[in-house]
Amino acid sequence: MSLKTPSKLEKMLSQGHLAVTSECGPPRGSDPEAIRKKAGLIKDYVDAVNVTDNQTSVTRMSSLAACIHLKLMGVEPIFQMVTRDRNRIAIQSDILGAASFDIFNMLCLSGDHQSFGDNPKGQNVHDLDSMQLVQTVRFMRDEGKFLGGGDISRPPKIFVGAAANPFADPFEIRVPRLAKKIAAGAEFIQTQCIYNLDKFEEWIKGVCDRGLHEKTAILAGVTPLKSAGMAKFMKNRVPGMDVPDEVVKRMADTPKDKQADEGIAICIETIERLKSVEGVKGFHIMAIEWEEKVPEIVERAGLYPRPETG
Amino acid sequence: MIVAEKKPVEEIIGYVKDCQKILILGCNECVTVCEAGGKKEVGVLASTLRMYFLNQGKDVKIDEITLERQCDHEYLEEIRDVADEYDGIVSLACGVGVQFMAEKYHSVPIYPGVNTCFLGATEQRGLWTERCQACGNCMLALTGGICPVSRCAKRLLNGPCGGSSNGKCEISKDIDCAWQLIIDRLKALGRLEDYEKICDIKDWSTDRAGGPRKVVREDVQI
Ligand code: SF4
Ligand code: SF4
Repeated sequence: MSLKTPSKLEKMLSQGHLAVTSECGPPRGSDPEAIRKKAGLIKDYVDAVNVTDNQTSVTRMSSLAACIHLKLMGVEPIFQMVTRDRNRIAIQSDILGAASFDIFNMLCLSGDHQSFGDNPKGQNVHDLDSMQLVQTVRFMRDEGKFLGGGDISRPPKIFVGAAANPFADPFEIRVPRLAKKIAAGAEFIQTQCIYNLDKFEEWIKGVCDRGLHEKTAILAGVTPLKSAGMAKFMKNRVPGMDVPDEVVKRMADTPKDKQADEGIAICIETIERLKSVEGVKGFHIMAIEWEEKVPEIVERAGLYPRPETG
Repeated sequence: MIVAEKKPVEEIIGYVKDCQKILILGCNECVTVCEAGGKKEVGVLASTLRMYFLNQGKDVKIDEITLERQCDHEYLEEIRDVADEYDGIVSLACGVGVQFMAEKYHSVPIYPGVNTCFLGATEQRGLWTERCQACGNCMLALTGGICPVSRCAKRLLNGPCGGSSNGKCEISKDIDCAWQLIIDRLKALGRLEDYEKICDIKDWSTDRAGGPRKVVREDVQI
């Protein structure tokens, strides 16, 4: 398979290794140390690091700036971009900005609604949606053109990803929706955190039945639970999150001081089970404000050391 | 129709508290249907203001008129002879009517008495919901007759997002997910395969983005 970009993630996947990605949320401030510190904790344990874009609509340091900090310390960033906050001019401009720093991966998202964040009175843009953002990055890369038709000097070389939530409704279009994202040009997919493995396996079976797993690389998303409270919060409060009762119960039945360990154990079991599932090409470990646990998860899940891609 | 909501009376009092002679001007169209600015609401607001001024010990004259429409020269002309007598007019029409009044009658301050909310329908008495944002390039043929521009909180043209849950939108359990409705409808029409057609990047120049819009029909002009 010939590579389309210099992305390390693309290379890892093309060599048939299970890829491992993780994420860092930029700080609520301008201190670059905050992002460098998080990235430093995980850099040797993952192939690439997603940098979230004002996640849950809470204002933070810009994703692009944080990606640049990562890049400068030798970490491969995945630049997350939401369509909530930028029109098509700003989108194309930021893509070029990222490309100018040789940022080789992007994850295209629509973003949570602003009502969840610290500026619920603000506008949202959504000039494009996530599907059209995928098309835009691919168009800029593959055709070397702006949406307006003009030529781009030094087009971006970006490996393009999108998110998939197998647990959102309506379930019946979750496979067609993935097909649509692939048709739009998504080369890798990172899924919503998986706690309901049966449902995930049902989804990915549908994906494989249509041969879609050959057309994009699906990284299964996992998030270690820190406590029973977090499990309940994710279950009841986070839109599109599916935390089965057994998982909540397992956390709640564990003594408080052992719950974090139990959460890590569940996470590792999830990875172990999904490793052999057809269509899973890697893992996206989202340890929210718990980055220091990523190395342990990667090691105990047998994903360390990370292969050399040459 | 255009759906509006009555402004809090305190806000209206703030505008007219120093007036001596006030006209409350209703409109017999949309704002009557959505019970925000028709003859009945004109009466209620006038009585409330009369009461207020009485309590303040002020002698303020308050008149009530409801026009057929406030977005039409013809009907606005009906108050040509009396408009100047007032030192404040509270229009209970939508924002269009308020502005058309202000454009016509320069010497009297016109105050809005309603908040103009959206283009919507009466689901049941006392419940109006949004249906259209006048994007100027209607795409309902593609989406089974359900508008993602006005009814999806992120106006996604290729939804649903990952937050759709049990038919409801991620922003509230009281709001239907437009994309759930679209998919249900496509299914009922036997057109679910249409879901996989990617909707191209939209031309928003016909929307608010393109600046104030105009429809010109020379063939019907006199
Ligand atoms: S597509 Fe545009 S014109 Fe049609 S209903 Fe929606 S907002 Fe209105
Ligand atoms: S849940 Fe449905 S209506 Fe709400 S933003 Fe997502 S796709 Fe749009």
